[in-house]
Amino acid sequence: MNEIHAINGPVVKIKGKTDFQILEMVFVGTKKLLGEVISISEQETVIQVYESTSGLRPGEPVINTGEPISLDLGPGLIRNIFDGIERPLQSIAERSGNYIVPGTDVKSLDEEKGWDVTFTCKIGDVLTSNQVFATIQETDLVLHKLMIPQGLNGEVVKMKKDGKYTIRDILIEIKDKLGNIHKLDMVQRWPIKTARPFLDRKTLSIPLISGQRVIDTLFPIAKGGTAAVPGGFGTGKTMMQHQFAKWCDADIIVYIGCGERGNEMTQTLEEFKDLIDPKSGKPLIDRTILIANTSNMPVAAREASIYTGITMAEYYRDMGYHVAIMADSTSRWAEALREISGRLEEMPAEEGFPAYLPSRLSQFYERAGYVENINHTEGSVSIIGAISPQGADFSEPVTQNTKRFVRCFWALDKELAYMRHYAAINWTQSYSEYISDLAKWYNKNVGVAFLQDRQRFVSILAEENKLMEIVKLIGKDVLPDDQKLLLEIARVIRVGYLQQNAFHKDDTYVPLPKQLKMMEIILYLYRGAQSILTQGKAFSLLAQTNIFEKIIKIKYDIPNDHLEMFDDYYKLVDDTLRSIK
Amino acid sequence: MDLQYIGLKEINGPLIFIDNVKDIGFEEVVEIRMNNGETRHGRVVEIQGDLAAVLVFEGTKGLSLNNTTVKFLGHPMEIGLSQEVMGRMFSGLGKPIDGLGPIYVDQFFDINGLPLNPVSRKYPRNYINTGISSIDGLTTLIRGQKLPIFSGAGLPHNELAVQIVRQAQIADKEGESFGVVFAAMGVKNDVADYFKRSFEEAGVLEKVVMFLNLSNDPIIERLITPRAALTTAEYLAYHHNMHILVVLTDMTSYCEALREFSSSKGEIPGRKGYPGYLYSELASLYERAGIVENATGSVTQIPILTMPNDDITHPIPDLTGYITEGQIVLDRDLHQKGVYPPVGVLPSLSRLMKDGIGEGYTREDHQGLMNQLYASYAKVMDARSLASVIGEDELSAVDKKYIQFGTLFEKHYLSQGYSRSRSIEETLNLGWELLSVLPKSELDRVDEEMLNTYFDQDKANKDFKISDRVKIQDVKQEAK
Ligand SMILES: Nc1ncnc2c1ncn2[C@@H]1O[C@H](COP(=O)(O)OP(=O)(O)O)[C@@H](O)[C@H]1O
Ligand SMILES: [Mg+2]
Repeated sequence: MNEIHAINGPVVKIKGKTDFQILEMVFVGTKKLLGEVISISEQETVIQVYESTSGLRPGEPVINTGEPISLDLGPGLIRNIFDGIERPLQSIAERSGNYIVPGTDVKSLDEEKGWDVTFTCKIGDVLTSNQVFATIQETDLVLHKLMIPQGLNGEVVKMKKDGKYTIRDILIEIKDKLGNIHKLDMVQRWPIKTARPFLDRKTLSIPLISGQRVIDTLFPIAKGGTAAVPGGFGTGKTMMQHQFAKWCDADIIVYIGCGERGNEMTQTLEEFKDLIDPKSGKPLIDRTILIANTSNMPVAAREASIYTGITMAEYYRDMGYHVAIMADSTSRWAEALREISGRLEEMPAEEGFPAYLPSRLSQFYERAGYVENINHTEGSVSIIGAISPQGADFSEPVTQNTKRFVRCFWALDKELAYMRHYAAINWTQSYSEYISDLAKWYNKNVGVAFLQDRQRFVSILAEENKLMEIVKLIGKDVLPDDQKLLLEIARVIRVGYLQQNAFHKDDTYVPLPKQLKMMEIILYLYRGAQSILTQGKAFSLLAQTNIFEKIIKIKYDIPNDHLEMFDDYYKLVDDTLRSIK
Repeated sequence: MDLQYIGLKEINGPLIFIDNVKDIGFEEVVEIRMNNGETRHGRVVEIQGDLAAVLVFEGTKGLSLNNTTVKFLGHPMEIGLSQEVMGRMFSGLGKPIDGLGPIYVDQFFDINGLPLNPVSRKYPRNYINTGISSIDGLTTLIRGQKLPIFSGAGLPHNELAVQIVRQAQIADKEGESFGVVFAAMGVKNDVADYFKRSFEEAGVLEKVVMFLNLSNDPIIERLITPRAALTTAEYLAYHHNMHILVVLTDMTSYCEALREFSSSKGEIPGRKGYPGYLYSELASLYERAGIVENATGSVTQIPILTMPNDDITHPIPDLTGYITEGQIVLDRDLHQKGVYPPVGVLPSLSRLMKDGIGEGYTREDHQGLMNQLYASYAKVMDARSLASVIGEDELSAVDKKYIQFGTLFEKHYLSQGYSRSRSIEETLNLGWELLSVLPKSELDRVDEEMLNTYFDQDKANKDFKISDRVKIQDVKQEAK
């Protein structure tokens, strides 16, 4: 039997040769703490333990399981909240009270609950990997599709009738080529560190709409795309992730709280039960999976939480859904890698991070994509990862390496956050490489004006940026009128458009047609004002009217479902400009 | 049976190594007896087969390889608690030091605690009225929040903490009881005295539990002090339904003790020599604030830390800010201008205030007003830096208004004095009155309705005795 020899925090060693496999899941000690084999040599086997090792003793047993860390995938994932290794926190609370006790052995999915199963196959059908054999209405928003496990092909030789079953009831039996019978229930197992396969990657051409103006307009992300949100503390990373989780037009949300605050997970849980999805009229929780490995939970499980989340996402992608993952924060995962690496006395690369940090990051972001599934449906996984750079300095290794593997970079800016300009996305440092891929979609679905107006906004902001260099030295007063006007329009864009209040009932989510109309009226005002100036009238006369304030407040004053009110504003602009003598 | 071992294999900094040990657990407590009768305590920090590394809380000074007997106690570090702890004073390791003898123990608790299950938390929503405008108005403290004070050497963070304790209405209903748990780590004796005296003067001493590890006390003991304090706070909050305010000072000393421990263990250092797990360590303390489902009490934390060199990007404030629910940052310039409390507004933040202010909590205009004050004060900074380049006289009329607003804001809103307590209405109204100094068109964060209700330029001009020279009319004139 294998016995513990050494214990150092989450790292446990067994002396001598073992027959363990690398990355194998093991149970450590008499409490059966979950662990993973991370290195093997003639001399010793090293295990990282996903739970607190306090009280663990040398000599206690380590039991191997023969499989890598894997998940149970099946109905009951949605609406649930799990820890980093797929233990349902609600059941843990029912069993052990307010605190998470190490070694709590609970089932990931509810095995008692009955699900209404509708079969989509019949006896004699030949089914292949990932083909759907039955469906279950998992929540009001999600139709769960039960699929043939990966690698299995064969004929349906026995099946139940439509009806209520639990996840461990055998639903169908499949006879493979060799004549072996496979009995299938509702649960698949899948190792978290292996990407679920697909047929083909598709080019990304559809945006993941968030209702956040600065994103949808300036730095959009595609369905199946990747984005990083770096920012110092308090700059709005978590709020941005929450806004996406609430409003983006994915079918399924997987929200991973990785090494962050407990209260934020509590808030998400409470809020999502009450918040209603504007499109379906159902509570948001009906499309959401929460994974909470908060900062005070064991460090090693932070890494697992990221992989757990992405594996669940791929599972729903395989059913033909668009899934979006929020990972808050990937830095905590990287730090967990660093901590374990340090305990193994590995040679550190930059700032103590192990040399394999970049490859781990790239493997993670590689699992995003818009794909043709093996069952010929299409689905996507989009990843939005927050980064918490040390000292808000973007030159640190996690930010820099992530930048290499993502195509949207939403840089959050301390100065903007200080003046309560939220979302504090810095428009000069941020970028999206998806614009040209998405152009066709925008032109077709929102109108060609959208990207043209976007371009105007970008150049006005760039121009403002240049002028501000001068203003900082000599003040605004000495600028010529056309430049004063440009600065004023830039302010309207910044305060009236880019800035968006997540706590305002209308402003929290703004559909694309309203975004377009807002851009149009701002640019209409700009053109009108420019022609006033060319008629030789002074900018100061314009500045005295309240037209700029009126336009800035459109975001609050025109409800999302009353876009006809924009007509009044065109009239207001006309009247105001005409009144200037 | 307790196992005893005579003699040590090695002593290295605060660590001792014991050979041929059997059947001991990771993080188990040990008792170390010296030949002269003195007893110290430690904790198993690493096990390699039959070799154990033990961290000695009181330090290893005076220990030798053969004058000691080590006893493994078979359980993690525990503290015995009952309601008798109220009004008592303990060492950094939780031993009574006020000469009143041991306390009756109702139950023993593992001081490390366990991670609180997020589904068992209740999201904090009730604000604590501290009577301090810069906190109540701009960085509202919520019951169950962890809101640290980021300070610097010589800044009045202790005064501010005492003022909060003194003025805060922690319990809002009849019959709810409150208490204060105070943990000192590496602070000077006079600082501890100051807190004690202030609690006494405020008449709350019998509601305070003190844990003191002073600057001349053993350094490694500091690693235990906040844990003993937080275990006590949780006990009072969750077992006796009290609202507990925990003041932890100085977190910087705590982190330094951790660095010392880590380096003696030969661990690979991270930024500025602090161990790579500093974030997790701090989280294991700060995350012990909150409210739980099946108790009516709460644990609110106000950790105090001094930023080395006033540098907010130093790992200690940086990692703290990533864990806590906001921060109150003290500003040296304001302090030098004589502003008390010198709360540096722009970098300060309360993340929980959004759900604890507004209609039904404070007042419907609070959120908008707060945003506007931040935005306008940020512009004051721009105007000031422009003024430092081109001179104040050359500023535009609007920028001059900002300069004026900034001066008044610091003088009337921020600067409120040590003994003054303002109601939330006073604070909100004062905010509006100050904003009314600015041209109405500058207030782009608040809606029309609020402006109509609260914006009152004439009153502001009268109350602040604003001379004609810089009145708003001028701004208009100039525009024409
Ligand atoms: N879009 C937004 N609208 C309004 N307030 C915001 C917005 N984004 C951030 N904030 C404010 O900033 C605070 C910090 O944001 P958070 O997302 O928690 O920061 P981070 O995760 O980067 O530390 C929030 O508590 C909220 O008050
Ligand atoms: Mg965050």
